[in-house]
Amino acid sequence: MPTFFEEKQLVTPGELLAEGDYQAGENTYSEGGKIFAARIGLVDCENKKVNVVALRAFYTPKPGDIVIGSVIEVGFNGWTVDIKAPYSALLRASDVLNRPFKPQNDELSQVLDTGDLIVAKIASYDRAHDPQLTVGEPGLGKITRGQIMRVTPTKIPRVIGRKGSMISMIKQETGCQIILGLNGVVLVTGKNLADEELAMAAIQKIEDESHTTGLTDRITQLLKEEKAKREENKN
Amino acid sequence: MIDKQEKLIDKKGIRLDGRKADELRPLKLEVGVLPNADGSAYIEHGKNKILVGVFGPREMHPKHLSRPDRMVLRCRYHMAPFSVQERKSPAPSRREVELSKVIREALEPALFLEMYPRTGIDIFVEILQADGGTRCASITAAALALADSGIPMRDLVVACAAGKVDDTVVLDLYDAEDKLGVADVPVAYMPNLNAVTLLQMDGILTHAEFEKAVNMAIDGCKKIYALQKEALKTKYMHIKEETQEEVEE
Repeated sequence: MPTFFEEKQLVTPGELLAEGDYQAGENTYSEGGKIFAARIGLVDCENKKVNVVALRAFYTPKPGDIVIGSVIEVGFNGWTVDIKAPYSALLRASDVLNRPFKPQNDELSQVLDTGDLIVAKIASYDRAHDPQLTVGEPGLGKITRGQIMRVTPTKIPRVIGRKGSMISMIKQETGCQIILGLNGVVLVTGKNLADEELAMAAIQKIEDESHTTGLTDRITQLLKEEKAKREENKN
Repeated sequence: MIDKQEKLIDKKGIRLDGRKADELRPLKLEVGVLPNADGSAYIEHGKNKILVGVFGPREMHPKHLSRPDRMVLRCRYHMAPFSVQERKSPAPSRREVELSKVIREALEPALFLEMYPRTGIDIFVEILQADGGTRCASITAAALALADSGIPMRDLVVACAAGKVDDTVVLDLYDAEDKLGVADVPVAYMPNLNAVTLLQMDGILTHAEFEKAVNMAIDGCKKIYALQKEALKTKYMHIKEETQEEVEE
């Protein structure tokens, strides 16, 4: 039952990873008892399950995911939302209005118009249907202020950190509210522009160095240094 | 009527451009050259210069072309008007339409088309300079661009041609050999799965010559595959180095 990789090795699609008693995990596939990589990324193996942490990937919708999207079309009884995935998502009018939707009473473009950004949860998605969104939970809905940035969707777990350590640290240090869309869109809302920019710089650093260890410490350091610099400038 | 064609291979077995029979032209591959595309690659194969951009998977437009059970792969092979000596009309020619289809079919087996139904991938192959064997170079570059875009793949696809010039079977024909030679056999190949995805022949070969040409082309593919893999990794090499440093620490 051999494997053909070192832990954290960089592999390209089609590279043979393992043979025999192994399970094909993320971004891999098995054929004829052999496991191959399906995306470029770094390999790791846990409990006989071979995974590739992809360096290049796009977002695939999953029910329950929180995503950030922009409205691209106002339809008859809902909106079409771009969630940076292979499929655009649908948001039903009755879901937003919280009551049955009557076209004669409600003008949809006054609730959400094209270009509006929303935080939403994926209510359902399968092969045959485009993802359906819902905003019927606290914290979801139209975005009114803040800045958005994009990161590679596969790197979102790294931004969150172990048990949310990374993200809560950034929130604390910058005083910003941060919402991470699992589709790779991040919303940063702070008291002022400088705070927001600092938080975004930290997230960008995570995106660039996502594969290294000791990242939390380096980010803490970055934030502290930047804050000290700002204090100096004030004086 | 022109005189009898001069020999394309001299007595020592050296070709007009100075190569041996089983020698490839110099190759240069680069990944991620177009920030606006989801994935991209650039190849210089001898005097060929080709740029490939990949978009998708995304919703199909026009919508009626989408398939309910699978993803649709679209490919456009296009030669720039300045890519050849005589100005080439920018409108798609019969040959370009055929090559678009051939490249698409060479790449399809490498993709998991059933994974993202109702969507489409667009591949744009732009020939900036042509010097024989553009379909092969295009396939090699397009496979890289697909991998760069983050689309799951069974394997990379490499392509290389072999053929017959004068009385010799040679590897990787260039323009003059292609036009004046006896036969041309382009082969596209998935090295890890050991599968051929494109096999064409233009000209006349005996059984033995054909077999020799195909084997030679596959050997050439394997050589190009090593370069292809390296090109894809180069973009992320700093990541590998840094992770290795950590392990050493």
